Amino acid sequence: MEIIDILISGSFWAAVLRIASPLIFATMGELICERAGVLNLGIEGIMVIGAFAGWMAVYSGMGLWPGVMVAMAAGMLFGLLHATLTVPLGLSQHVVGLGVTLLATSAAYYAYRLALPQVSSPPRIEPFQPVDIPVLSDLPFLGEALFSQTPLTYLALITAGVVALVLYRTPLGLALRAAGENPAAVEAQGLSVTAIRMGAVIVGSGLMAVGGAFLTMSAFSSFFFEMVNGRGWICIALVVFGAWRPGKAVLGAILFAAFDALQIRMQQTPLGALVPYQVFLMVPYVLSILALVLMSRRAEVPAALMVPYNRGER
Amino acid sequence: MRLEPVADPGLLRMLGLPLLALGATVVVASVLAMLAGANPFATLGLIVKGAAGSKFAALETLNRATPLIFTGLAVAVAFRAKLWNIGAEAQLYAGALMTVVIGTQMGLPGVLAVPAMALAAIVAGAVVLLVPVLLKVRMGVDEVVTTLLFNFIMLLFISLLLEGPLKDPMGMGWPKTESLPREIRLPRLVEGLRLHWGFGLALIAAVAVWVIQTRTTLGYEIRAVGLNPNAARFAGIPVNRVLVKTALLSGGLAALAGFSEVAGLKGNLTLDLSPGFGYTGIIVAMLALLHPLGVVVSAIFVAGVFVGADSMSRAAEVPTYIADISLATALLFMVVAILLTRFRLVRG
Repeated sequence: MEIIDILISGSFWAAVLRIASPLIFATMGELICERAGVLNLGIEGIMVIGAFAGWMAVYSGMGLWPGVMVAMAAGMLFGLLHATLTVPLGLSQHVVGLGVTLLATSAAYYAYRLALPQVSSPPRIEPFQPVDIPVLSDLPFLGEALFSQTPLTYLALITAGVVALVLYRTPLGLALRAAGENPAAVEAQGLSVTAIRMGAVIVGSGLMAVGGAFLTMSAFSSFFFEMVNGRGWICIALVVFGAWRPGKAVLGAILFAAFDALQIRMQQTPLGALVPYQVFLMVPYVLSILALVLMSRRAEVPAALMVPYNRGER
Repeated sequence: MRLEPVADPGLLRMLGLPLLALGATVVVASVLAMLAGANPFATLGLIVKGAAGSKFAALETLNRATPLIFTGLAVAVAFRAKLWNIGAEAQLYAGALMTVVIGTQMGLPGVLAVPAMALAAIVAGAVVLLVPVLLKVRMGVDEVVTTLLFNFIMLLFISLLLEGPLKDPMGMGWPKTESLPREIRLPRLVEGLRLHWGFGLALIAAVAVWVIQTRTTLGYEIRAVGLNPNAARFAGIPVNRVLVKTALLSGGLAALAGFSEVAGLKGNLTLDLSPGFGYTGIIVAMLALLHPLGVVVSAIFVAGVFVGADSMSRAAEVPTYIADISLATALLFMVVAILLTRFRLVRG
């Protein structure tokens, strides 16, 4: 059985973690926004701008880590735009989010065309390399599966841990969750719902942009159009699938990445020769819809998600 | 900062703010042109000239506006009921697919073929939107993400068909379908002018939607559901049934964009039939404030921006994406402007 062979190979699990990394960053970003009560449909475009900004910074001579910071800053800028329009102004989160996605995507494409007017093949940068961890990287199977990743993958996992810690173990996290469940209670404590929600959207958007930057700075070494290809929308489905909990969302991202890595490998098998490749490529999108259907009944949606908060209004 | 309702917004506020939003968009576009090292006045001039500077340009704009009227109407109808149909792109391709299948496989004569293609397109588009909407009303699955994901699935499905069963054997290996026979294409609206009947159909559709929204029970129910579903339910309106009807209408309208592009303009189906008409329909609908007749005006405006930017970028060194940025900016400025016609910002 080819599937068994695939599942017990270290390179398969290495690929799973690699595919999951950008999803983990962006899913954590979206999760923070939604736990504070704001649906951020700007995610797709913010991932594009992150992918472009990080890559462009490195291409024009910056280091890789400063490049990640640039990507994050670009994402936070669009997060600020989204937050300003949806939180204090209380505009439709659907319309603003789609507007931000269109704006960020076209801004990235415009800037790319300005910087590189005539290129036949996309220029490359030297991306993040796998880090060699003494002893661990040399372990059989585990060494290849877990300990031969680029630094951004480890950062993705650390980020998820930090997000979980902050959400559930700090006063800030409590205030953030309360802003998404019962904003009036937050205001009664003397805290500003507006500030908490805006902060959540800005930080969350920064994480989404780093997820995008993973694509250009770790997974591939070039920026090309359509490269985010619906990953942002998939992350929104992953937040629902993870029932708005960081741990479950990470598991969801890894499960999803496993299916994605599997479909890529299945294309090379005799079965892959019989089935058109487009069917395999549909798998991630179909899975996302299935995940939404499966979880929809049990999901604990933040009570004030998509409900604008107006002080003094009952 | 706080929002305070404006009791009596006055004409100046109602008209001035949206105009200010458009003005601000022009400023943004000028800055973008300057970033590209071009003269902003010359660039904007070239865009206007490319969109409406000659009979050819103006007809090109109207041709480009045709699918945008359909997708804009699809979005406007759905958003009015707060049904977030972001899947007009998938519904467009479903319509285009049925048009090609009926048009190339059935061998119907022209008088029968055109209505059959249109009808099949409408049904296909309606079904494509029906799935996410049934998931929404039956299982509570949010339709934003499902309709978005259907766009990707539909494009892959079309790609599969173009490389498989529907591949044109004479296509020199290109992934495209056979072309519709000449006699079943949509005729020119006016003899000698390069504008097909799809545009006429789009205008009829806009008026029809306007009549439905203002003169029928369904239109009233759609508005009630959009304003407050709980109140609508309390008033005895079958909310889920209204959402399903809205979906059928919206999906069908978006599919007509695909029908009109294939039967009126391209003649066959390729993967680049739509450069995002489904997504641009959202901008069109929002700029029109979801008004069906306004959709016609805003679709022509948006089409003009795209056609003008295409023509401008051939002459000046400014990338065509200036059109996409400007329109996204216009959308965001406009929602803020509309908000500020009803509310004012106050301190405290």
